[in-house]
Amino acid sequence: MAYLPEGTPLPAADLDDSPYWEGCRRRELRIQRCADCGRFRHPPSPVCPACRSFGAEFVEVPGTGTVFTYTVAHHPVHPALKAAVPYNIAVVLLDGAGDVRLVSNVVDARPGEMAVGMRVRLRWEPTSDGSYLPRFEKA
Amino acid sequence: MPDLERLKRLRNRTAIVGVGASRQGTFPDLDPYTLAIEAFRSALDDCGLVRGDIDGLIVQGPGGVSFVRMGEMLGLNPVAGATFDIGGFATGPLIQYAALLLDSGICRNVALLYGNASRTEGRRFGGETTVTPGREYSSAFYYYGLTSPGAASAFQARLHFETYGTTSRQLAAVPVAQRRHAALNPQAIKKDSPLTVEKHQRSRFICEPLRLYDYCLINDGGVALIMTTAERAKDRRKRPVYLMGLGRHDTYRHSSLPNYLLWRETMPMAAEMAFGMAGIGRDDVDALMIYDSFSINIWFALENFGFCKPGEAGAFTQDGRIELGGEIPVNTHGGHLAESYMQGWLHQVEAVRQLRGECGARQVRGAEIVQYICRGNVASTLIYRN
Ligand SMILES: [Zn+2]
Repeated sequence: MAYLPEGTPLPAADLDDSPYWEGCRRRELRIQRCADCGRFRHPPSPVCPACRSFGAEFVEVPGTGTVFTYTVAHHPVHPALKAAVPYNIAVVLLDGAGDVRLVSNVVDARPGEMAVGMRVRLRWEPTSDGSYLPRFEKA
Repeated sequence: MPDLERLKRLRNRTAIVGVGASRQGTFPDLDPYTLAIEAFRSALDDCGLVRGDIDGLIVQGPGGVSFVRMGEMLGLNPVAGATFDIGGFATGPLIQYAALLLDSGICRNVALLYGNASRTEGRRFGGETTVTPGREYSSAFYYYGLTSPGAASAFQARLHFETYGTTSRQLAAVPVAQRRHAALNPQAIKKDSPLTVEKHQRSRFICEPLRLYDYCLINDGGVALIMTTAERAKDRRKRPVYLMGLGRHDTYRHSSLPNYLLWRETMPMAAEMAFGMAGIGRDDVDALMIYDSFSINIWFALENFGFCKPGEAGAFTQDGRIELGGEIPVNTHGGHLAESYMQGWLHQVEAVRQLRGECGARQVRGAEIVQYICRGNVASTLIYRN
């Protein structure tokens, strides 16, 4: 069972981030990197904010990281999340991807276990549309 | 970098001459236009102008209140109309824009109308009514349950607590102070609901570490301001409140994520701009009006505008320092946490009333300078004097 229930809005790929979601479909966490200056960036965008190059590649990263900050949501603002509270949302600073931070969940952490600085690793969760979402578990 | 020498020429060149508020609360039979127009009538009355004197029409409100439609309803063909599609961040920038319209000679009298029927429309700021795919990338985080501005502020509160050892108990001082102020404000929705630190600490989490009382109210209402040039302001019914300084500095880098640098790079620049233009220092400010969608906003505003050092706001906000009678009273009307959620517009009304000496039991004695601050990716500030 997925960490958040069915009915939670699913990602819709756009021109810029479709390679990222293609990676997810194959369970590969691929983060966009500038082909010229080598800087990682996320969310995907057509130009490098550091050097303005249009050249980019999507590079697979290890999938480990550190919880940079987090919250535990107790009040379901979106109706689909009614049965899911309390759930955590974490900002994960990825290893090997510069300063890229991913918003995600730590699926096996109880509310009281969440902590800034905790180490996490990738756990792929299937979605109802046949793809996968990158979530995390305690490392 | 702003050209400060040039900007100084704008000091005290424009003024707010009329303020008005509609009823504040829950009004299922009223739309945002009606509420804004109710406020507009009272603002016209406040300054002694008539509808036909208005040649600039600025209109704002959640859910896309249109300035063209508003003008149609009011039977106005102004020289210029505008809205800024940046929600609550827009209040400061729109007042700054009105000042530019006036000082340049484009307009003589600008009306700024705000209408909000969020309570009645069931707007929940993060419920499904606000999903805007493809507009800002933040909507792509919905599938992780990051659906509300409150969650984003909770991330920042956690960072503050973690970095500086501050606590929810310290943060309680903010809503407690503002409820005390609201008790002295007949217009405040929570005027009869006092709050203690203990009650705050017992209240439920919405997004940890933020609790119920760290969140703003959601309600319906309207607000109106009328601005004109300094020369024309002298002929109006009440004492003009001059725009002495203004500042703005935006953060676009990494803006898809809740700002994890806590706007430390940009907000101090907005502060320097406004203090530089006004030619005053922080010690000259008699009261602060701070945009408070969440209690933690107050801390970021105080720290990033130099009223205390980064990390010190937890201690700084204790012992009544931000209450009436304290060193620097904050949100003497009760703010969004206790008066009404008019996205910063009633903060301007309170600034004007304080500087006119109209605030009765909550009057800041001898108030001469009041400053408005809004934190965020579009940080803005206004310094008013009487
Ligand atoms: Zn580059």
